[in-house]
Amino acid sequence: MQLSTKHLLGIKDITTADISLILSTAQQFKEVLQRPVKKVPSLREVTIVNLFYENSTRTRMSFELAEKRLSADTINFTASASSVKKGETLLDTVNNILSMKVDMVVMRHSASGAPHFLAKHIPAAIINAGDGINEHPTQALLDAFSIKEKLQTLEGKKILLVGDIMHSRVALSNIYLLKKMGAELMVAGPPTLIPKYIAEALQVKVEYNLKKALEWCDVANVLRIQLERQNQVLFSSLREYNLAYGVTKKLLDGLKKEILIMHPGPINRGVEIDSDVADGHQSIILQQVENGVAVRMAVLYLLSGSKNS
Amino acid sequence: MKEILNHKDLQIQIASLANALLKKHPQLDDVVFVGIQQGGVVLADDIVAAIQLLQPDKKVQYGQLDITFYRDDIRKEILAPDTMHLPFSIENKNVVLIDDVLFTGRTIKAALDVLLDYGRPAKVELCVLVDRKEHRQFPIQADFSAIEMATDKSDKVKLIKDSDNNKHVVLMPKG
Repeated sequence: MQLSTKHLLGIKDITTADISLILSTAQQFKEVLQRPVKKVPSLREVTIVNLFYENSTRTRMSFELAEKRLSADTINFTASASSVKKGETLLDTVNNILSMKVDMVVMRHSASGAPHFLAKHIPAAIINAGDGINEHPTQALLDAFSIKEKLQTLEGKKILLVGDIMHSRVALSNIYLLKKMGAELMVAGPPTLIPKYIAEALQVKVEYNLKKALEWCDVANVLRIQLERQNQVLFSSLREYNLAYGVTKKLLDGLKKEILIMHPGPINRGVEIDSDVADGHQSIILQQVENGVAVRMAVLYLLSGSKNS
Repeated sequence: MKEILNHKDLQIQIASLANALLKKHPQLDDVVFVGIQQGGVVLADDIVAAIQLLQPDKKVQYGQLDITFYRDDIRKEILAPDTMHLPFSIENKNVVLIDDVLFTGRTIKAALDVLLDYGRPAKVELCVLVDRKEHRQFPIQADFSAIEMATDKSDKVKLIKDSDNNKHVVLMPKG
């Protein structure tokens, strides 16, 4: 079994077989992470650069840990502390890094399509760690892995994405992935934060009433309000947003069944999700973070073969 | 494809390996059996079942080990891993590694690497069905083996399960 792709640029371009292979491989890496020695020698002769043009805590640390657990050599690049400030272009920066014999690139960039551009111009394997408002494939994979771990399958499950769908790369990657794996999708949030033609374009249900949406779903993935990507006023205040679309304990207690609560982080407590929900027993937010390392190990491992081809 | 052992002959060899293992470890107290994926697990399932039949009062400790992430030729072809399941501590235990065919010794070397990441066993022994002695590339030998075979280096020897769940050992010459 091999992946059909040399890079992981987005969920849109990979097959269901690829997704299944990544998830089943991640299962084995999760076992590795429970051992006394949480490390395997698989990527011993591979060097990876973590190229972060945008801030990140979880994704960056998760990738770095995954690389170390696979015995790869890693170098870190932060745009704010680099020659990017002196005017160097993306392609020049990457070509200079590659001339130091780097095999794989993990990249986050605020411009949608930046990793796709790189993949056309450089020989290394590229993994998209989030590009603008386009995709965040490893987040979708770890979300799927976490849902599968709890509910055994994705097929036929009802998954709700709540919040800032418009600016969320997590939402787009999740929709692509979960649809491919046979889940039913619904998005909910204020009309200003939901793309107008999303129902037609991506075949998802749209609901503007949070209570109705929560009643429908098995899993609610709560997304952050991406204030940094909004250059106009899309809702009146964070407090009003919380009143209409914040996931509260009271809302959950009023449902007929117990649903799973997820959040890709970072959480804005008291805005899109209340503290007692984020820390409550239905929340698998910290399991998502734990699974992230295993899923990223699987992606890095499966793509590491393309370095010589 | 040439059959080396049919299902019936294979059962006789498995019984004799089980007997030899029990003779060496009559108490089974600090012994754990570990099959190497995939052929080794097919064999180990039967060996462990045979030992359990002979010693019904003892709990035979049995796990499966996968070497995929430890292969020394990993970059040639990226393979999907098999299940790894060691539901016990191997610390200070006597580990019996079980594989179907002992060939170059590279799989066993990788299996030893995996084991040491789980703890420090008191002793590791190796039990195989077929020993292709003349092709060894590492100083590794079996403590228990059923048959020794002279083969061409390019031959493939495998323990396979057919659609009726019967097991056979077959030799596939190159090409």
